[in-house]
Amino acid sequence: MMQLESLYTEIIMEHAARPLHAGLREPFDAEVRHVNPTCGDEVTLRVTLKDADGEPAVADVSYDSLGCSISKASASVMADLVIGKTVSEAMTVSEEFVGLMHSRGEAEPDEDVLGDAVALAGVSRFPARIKCALLGWMAWKDATARALSEREMDAPDADREQL
Amino acid sequence: MTAETSLDVARIRKDFPILDRNVRGERPLVYLDSANTSQKPRQVIDTLTDFYERHNANIHRATHELGEEATQAYEGARIKVATFIGAADEAEVVFTKNVSEAINLVAYSIGNATAGAGGADSGRLRLAEGDEIVITEMEHHSNIVPWQLLCERTGARLRWFGVTPDGRLDLSRADELINARTRVVALAHQSNVLGTINPIADIAARAHEVGALVLVDAAQSVPHGLVDVRTLGADLVGFTGHKMCGPTGIGVLWARRDLLATMPPFLGGGEMIETVWMERSTFAPPPHKFEAGTMPIAEAVGLGAATDYLADVGVGAIQAHERDLLRHALEALAGIGGLRILGPAEPVQRGGAVSFTVEGIHPHDLSQVLDDRGVAVRAGHHCAWPLHRALGVQASTRASFYLYNTHAEVDALVDGIRQAQKFFGTA
Ligand SMILES: Cc1ncc(COP(=O)(O)O)c(C=O)c1O
Repeated sequence: MMQLESLYTEIIMEHAARPLHAGLREPFDAEVRHVNPTCGDEVTLRVTLKDADGEPAVADVSYDSLGCSISKASASVMADLVIGKTVSEAMTVSEEFVGLMHSRGEAEPDEDVLGDAVALAGVSRFPARIKCALLGWMAWKDATARALSEREMDAPDADREQL
Repeated sequence: MTAETSLDVARIRKDFPILDRNVRGERPLVYLDSANTSQKPRQVIDTLTDFYERHNANIHRATHELGEEATQAYEGARIKVATFIGAADEAEVVFTKNVSEAINLVAYSIGNATAGAGGADSGRLRLAEGDEIVITEMEHHSNIVPWQLLCERTGARLRWFGVTPDGRLDLSRADELINARTRVVALAHQSNVLGTINPIADIAARAHEVGALVLVDAAQSVPHGLVDVRTLGADLVGFTGHKMCGPTGIGVLWARRDLLATMPPFLGGGEMIETVWMERSTFAPPPHKFEAGTMPIAEAVGLGAATDYLADVGVGAIQAHERDLLRHALEALAGIGGLRILGPAEPVQRGGAVSFTVEGIHPHDLSQVLDDRGVAVRAGHHCAWPLHRALGVQASTRASFYLYNTHAEVDALVDGIRQAQKFFGTA
């Protein structure tokens, strides 16, 4: 059971049981649906951006997910981490998390950057589960990229500086 | 060993070296994923080693002694496979990479005929706008996607049998579904998810009434010795070596010689030709017409060793043993609260693959707990996404049994599921 407990940490079980920011909310700037083709897990995720001192920032992430504990917990942790951050800060967190997932259990995760996501470090030792943990994050990244490009297209040249 | 089975499992297990190893530290391996791929007996492994150590050469084109030996071993394997499935003639056995390639071979051959290949001889295979191809909702993606692609290329229409809530084919509309426009009926002999064994002979009889060809995906039935092509009723049968104690990379398409003769080739290349000019080529007779390029030679020889192995153990004994395991598993699983078996709950017209859901536990999480205890199962949709959709489940966990499994292993599965319910607090 030692291995199992390193995967299903208390923090993960808590997020899986009571996922934060779950549910789909209006209004939103972009919506995506991602699936994990090996198991059919799905997440529909919406991103709303806002302006924070001239920089795009994450106003809200809302989602509806069907999946295992790992994918549910990971989406919950992700939403809680990125909401309120600027997009560029959130992207840094996301890159850090992707790096952690591909570390084969070797990385020393930085709790200051990753917060509750450090509890998912154990997943990196189970290659079959990495996709579960990344599902929500990849959906967020995709939705954010779409929301950003929509804003760019909508924004008249004069406003672009503000973004 | 029970009174009903004459199979000495302890002796069988000694033939499979991998069954001795531990996983996840000190856990003995409990391998319940044979429907995904089977383990290999020493006899097959030794055959591969012996081929590479003593007989390795290219086949058909080498003029030396090794080339003769390799060719003999490869063609000898074709005879063994033909015998194992009751084929009249080894020329009816085409080697492919796996069953997916066997099905694609047929679909592309029909597509090529539709585009004019094969001339008048292939006329019977030609599809026209409005023609229909019938599959079923319980197919593996390998028996869905090639037909979707063929329909896309030709304008034919794809139709399918649905499944009943207890996991059988819904045959109530059979006469409407298989009609004068139907040109191909393609279906699994045994479902890789539900274990259901489909009534091939009845469906084939209806298909033949309207002049349609019947392709059977026998990936899950040939390994259990359930296929005799003389009585099955199919025109084309595909299966895959790695699920029947053979190596990966080798599969089979069986069809009668006259049908193979009218089918235009799928892949072009060396060895499949008769004569080549710059403008055009003529082709070797079947089966070689469909075996382009250097084939997986050692793998074919290994598959021959696998059929020898299964025949030596005895397919009757294997089937009786699996039935016994299945009965035990269905009974034991039915006793777990919150567990729903997908597919027939009784061991009637059903093989030894049991898929199920456990309330409140995602299959990935369940299989993780089982894996932690050394129990290897499959979690997900098992390449049958439409079937899962039809049954209203997102994914399932599948345990599948083969000749080397034991009652104790079924019990380890059941204990593991109960442990998972404790771990996730659902029971
Ligand atoms: C019924 C069925 N059809 C097709 C396949 C595909 O087999 P392969 O991947 O060897 O082509 C499988 C196994 O995965 C199967 O169970």
